Amino acid sequence: MISELLPESISAYLPDTIQLIYLVATAFFIRGLKLLNSPATARKGNQLAAIGMLIGVVVTLFDQQIVSFELIIVGVVIGGLIGIVLAKKVEMTAMPELVAVFNGFGGAASALVAWGEFARATDITIFDSTVLVTTGLSIFIGAITFTGSFVAFGKLKGFISGNAITFPGLNIINIGSMIGVLVLIGVFTYDPANMTIFWIIMGVSLLIGITSVIPIGGADMPVVISLLNSYSGIAASMAGFVLGNNLLIVSGALVGAAGLILTNIMCKAMNRSLANVIFGSFGGDGGTSGGGGATGDKSVNETSAEDLAIQVAYASKVVIVPGYGLAVAQAQHIVKEVASKLEAKGVQVKYGIHPVAGRMPGHMNVLLAEADVPYDLLYDMDQINPEFATTDVVMIIGANDVVNPMAKTSPGSPIYGMPILNVDEAKRTVVFKRSLSVGYAGIDNPLFYEQKNQMFFGDAKKSLQALNEALNEV
Amino acid sequence: MSVLIFSLFIFVLACFIGFELISKVPPTLHTPLMSGANAISGITIVGALIVAGSLGEEIGKWIGFAAIILATINVVGGFMVTDRMLEMFKKKEDDK
Repeated sequence: MISELLPESISAYLPDTIQLIYLVATAFFIRGLKLLNSPATARKGNQLAAIGMLIGVVVTLFDQQIVSFELIIVGVVIGGLIGIVLAKKVEMTAMPELVAVFNGFGGAASALVAWGEFARATDITIFDSTVLVTTGLSIFIGAITFTGSFVAFGKLKGFISGNAITFPGLNIINIGSMIGVLVLIGVFTYDPANMTIFWIIMGVSLLIGITSVIPIGGADMPVVISLLNSYSGIAASMAGFVLGNNLLIVSGALVGAAGLILTNIMCKAMNRSLANVIFGSFGGDGGTSGGGGATGDKSVNETSAEDLAIQVAYASKVVIVPGYGLAVAQAQHIVKEVASKLEAKGVQVKYGIHPVAGRMPGHMNVLLAEADVPYDLLYDMDQINPEFATTDVVMIIGANDVVNPMAKTSPGSPIYGMPILNVDEAKRTVVFKRSLSVGYAGIDNPLFYEQKNQMFFGDAKKSLQALNEALNEV
Repeated sequence: MSVLIFSLFIFVLACFIGFELISKVPPTLHTPLMSGANAISGITIVGALIVAGSLGEEIGKWIGFAAIILATINVVGGFMVTDRMLEMFKKKEDDK
C-alpha cells in the first residue's frame, strides 16, 4: 500500500486528507459543468472535469484499503486503450451510439462495484441494511442501464428494428417486474446469504433493461439516451452509498440531475410526457402511417439545382433547416460550402435547429461544428421562428417531422402539439428529400404539397453538390 | 446524525446543484454536455479501484477488475470524445 511509503506523521491524517481532496475533485466537477454552459468556455469546462477525475483516481490509490496494484494497473491500461481508440475513431454521426455504449459501460461498472464489494467480503454479516439496500439498488439501476443502453445502441445502429416492438401487456409486465425486484431487494436486505435472491435481482434487472427500451420507437431515442445517462449517474451514486464514498455520491447525483434535465427538455421539445415516451410505444423509422390521409392524389412542385441556385443567390435571407438525413448523407461539409458561397454573394444565411433534430440532443450542432460552421450561425427553434416571416428561402435538408404543420393543425396526428419550426411562414420552402416517404414518426407531411413549397428529390449530398456547382454559374 | 442521513443530505443537495448547473445550458451544447456528464459518471472507477485492490475473496477482486476496465473506458473515452467535439465549436470571428 502506498500509504506505507509516507511518514507516519502524515499517514495518520490520510483518511481525512483523502476526503478533503475528494472535495477538491468535486469542486472541479461542479466548476467544469458550469463552464459547459457556454460554447466559449465549454472545452475548458470538460478539461477541468477531467482533471477532477484524475485527482479523484490518484488520491484513491492512497486509500489504506488498497493493498495490491496489479489488477488496477492492468485494468486501467486495458480500459484506457479501448477508450482512446473508441474516442478517436468514432464518426460524429455515430456520437449517439458511442454515448449509449459509454453509458452502458458506466452503468455496468457501478453494478459491478456494488457486486464486487459484496462478493469480496469474507463475512457478509458486517454489512448493515443501508449497505445491502444500496447494493441491491446499484445492481438494479446499473443492470438496467447496461442492457437498456445496448438495446438503444442496437436501435440507433439498425441492428434492432427502430420500430416500437411491443405486445399487449408488456408495460404491465415491466412495471410488475420492477416492483418485484424492489421487493426482492427488501428480502435480500433481511437475508443477504440467500444467493438465489441475489441472482434473481440481477437477472431480472438485466431483462428489464431490454424489455423497457425495446418498445420505445427510434424517434424517441434522444429521450432514452438522456434518461439512461441519468440512470448511470444514479447508479454511481448508489455505489457511493455502498462504499460510503462521498465523491461517488455527489458526482453521481450531479450526473443524475443533468440527465433528468435533458430528458425533460427533450420531452418538452416533442410535447410528450416522459410516461408517454416510455409506455407510449410511439413512432418507428418509417413503418406505420398514422393520421396521415391519402397521398396519391396530391401534386408537388419540383425544382432543379439550376432553378434553386437562382432563387437562393438572389435571396436576401436563407435559412437552412438540417435534420438527421443530412448527417446520414454525410452532407454537412457541402452544406457549409453552399452557405459560404451564398454569404460571398451577400446572402444572409442562418441555420434553424430543432431541439430534437438528429439522434440525440444537440447532435445537429456537433455535426455542423465538425463542418466548421460557426456556432453563432446556429439558431434554436425559439430564436429562428420569428425570423421565418422575413426569410426568402428555407432549405429543409433531411428533416421532416420537425417542420410538419400537422403538429399545429391536425389534432388527430401523433405529433400534434409538438413545437415545430414555422417554415411555412417563409416566402418559399425547398425540401431536399429522396422521395415523398414518411419521416421518423411515420406520418405524412402536408408541407410537401403546399403551393409555395418545392421538392428537390435525390440524395441530399448529391443535390447539394449540384446546387453548389450551379451556384458558380449564377 | 447517522452516516446514512448524512449521505442522503449530500445526495439531495448535489441533485439540486446538478439541476441548477444544467438547466441553463444552450441546446448547442447538449451533446457535449451529455457525453461530458457521462464521463463524470465514470467516477465509479474510484469504487472499482477500492474493490479490485483491497483484501478479500478472490472473486470480488476480479469483479472489481472488470469494473475498472469498463469504468476506465467510460472515463477516458468520454472525456476525450467530448474534447474532440468541443474543439470543433468555433465562433465566426476567429477564422484562424
